[in-house]
Amino acid sequence: MSNTLINVNDVTHRYDRHTVLENISFSVEEGAFVGLVGPNGSGKTTIIKLMLGLEKLQKGSIETFGKPIHKFTNKGHISFVSQKANSFNRGFPATAKEVVGMGLTSKLSLLRPTTKKLEHHIYEALDQVNMSEYANTNIGDLSGGQQQRIFIARSIVNKPRLLILDEPTVGVDTENVEQFYQLLSKLNDELGITLILVSHDIGSITTHVTDLLCLNKSIHYHGNPSDFENMTDEQRSKLYGHDMHTITHNH
Amino acid sequence: MLLDALLSFELLRNTFYTGLLVGFIAPLLGTFIVVRRLSLIADGLSHVTLAGIAFGLFMQKKYTLLFLTPFHTGIIFSIIGAIVIENLRSVYKAFQEIAIPITLSLGVGLSVVFIALADGINTDIFAYLFGSVAAVSRSDLYLILVTTGLVLLLIIFLYKELFALSFDEEFATVSGMRAKVIHYLFIIMTALVISASIRIVGVLLVSALMTLPVATAIRVAKSFKQTIIYSIIYGEVAVIVGLVSGYYLEIPPGGTIVITSAILLGLTLLVKKWYLAYIYKG
Repeated sequence: MSNTLINVNDVTHRYDRHTVLENISFSVEEGAFVGLVGPNGSGKTTIIKLMLGLEKLQKGSIETFGKPIHKFTNKGHISFVSQKANSFNRGFPATAKEVVGMGLTSKLSLLRPTTKKLEHHIYEALDQVNMSEYANTNIGDLSGGQQQRIFIARSIVNKPRLLILDEPTVGVDTENVEQFYQLLSKLNDELGITLILVSHDIGSITTHVTDLLCLNKSIHYHGNPSDFENMTDEQRSKLYGHDMHTITHNH
Repeated sequence: MLLDALLSFELLRNTFYTGLLVGFIAPLLGTFIVVRRLSLIADGLSHVTLAGIAFGLFMQKKYTLLFLTPFHTGIIFSIIGAIVIENLRSVYKAFQEIAIPITLSLGVGLSVVFIALADGINTDIFAYLFGSVAAVSRSDLYLILVTTGLVLLLIIFLYKELFALSFDEEFATVSGMRAKVIHYLFIIMTALVISASIRIVGVLLVSALMTLPVATAIRVAKSFKQTIIYSIIYGEVAVIVGLVSGYYLEIPPGGTIVITSAILLGLTLLVKKWYLAYIYKG
């Protein structure tokens, strides 16, 4: 039985007088791999921030895990990989293992489990992203793609049900981007983690996602990525809004 | 002999105990301060603490307050300063560092006023500015002991949160950490450690004890935990060498402790350079 994890209902959001989101409604079912695409300034990051509770809701409603967003407390259900993961302080004296361990924090309370048990979770997560051999390497010494894998490990170490990624391939070199998407598909298939992937690049994600959501202030398309691919360019630009530059997909 | 003196003079003994405590706690908290790029906050807060101390001296002189010593008023001012800094940082989100010059200059301004009102610079003020080997009374020592214990407990309890918030605030917030509460606790801890360290290293040099050992440790440590451990070792060595040499040379220990720290930093950088050169060659 499918289970709705996120339900966004008629959300409108403004910064000062500038409307960034207008009457947005959509839902995310458990097990989906949703691609949320749109040009720069289309409100992608804003809707993510609203879903994560980082930004206050102005109009409309959002339900996460069946609860209104303001009543939802994240106890490890939702995790997040931000686009800023690439602009952290590279000189920060921490090993990959220590960075992954940060993801466990929300499970820790007064009675913290023993370190041995924690280590096991950390290595498991590192293994899932194929980074076990770098456990003791300083985070600043890894390449952009490897760092992003470590950040993925950090966000899955707590075994979340929903993982939201905001432009995670920024700073990852092109050869590694495809590998990165394969890793995400694996998390979705094998671990059953529901994914919301935000990107400005429709081209490369359509082959991996199960649902495509095109956003440009309002939602222009929501459905199957293959139907979207079969459309003509003209239909697409209509859906997308005329100010959108469509990236064609060559496969 | 120093040992005889330590055994026979209580003030000297208290100073050494205090030195060992702050040599531990200042670099420990300093590690978080440095990685969060807040090194200058220690300077801002120490000058606010000076204002508190000057206020205490003034009150003592004019109104003979019995229960509040300058040390106590220093702690109170420092905590108020910490809260002001944190508030200013959220008001000026785009340029948070402006909170530091605002509080620092206000601290110095108030200090000048209170020092003048308390009839100018005297030996007491001098000891607070540069530290002293014989400034710690038994009740001060107890207070510093309690402070150290409190800060240590908080760091043990909030280690993961402080670490995660220092590395990536957004991720930590999404994970359900209460960033704001932890920031306040952290800066209040900083204020407490600064007030405790001032007895030994003095207002002008207290930030050095929180940042120099960390700057040294960061060059050699491989992980965050190692950074903390090495910082504490460098901090303790600097305090012990600084206090002993300060005693013999009759120099305020603030100066000798900071110079020892700087020498340790220089030596570490040199040794690391030689080591790297050796590795690449061989």
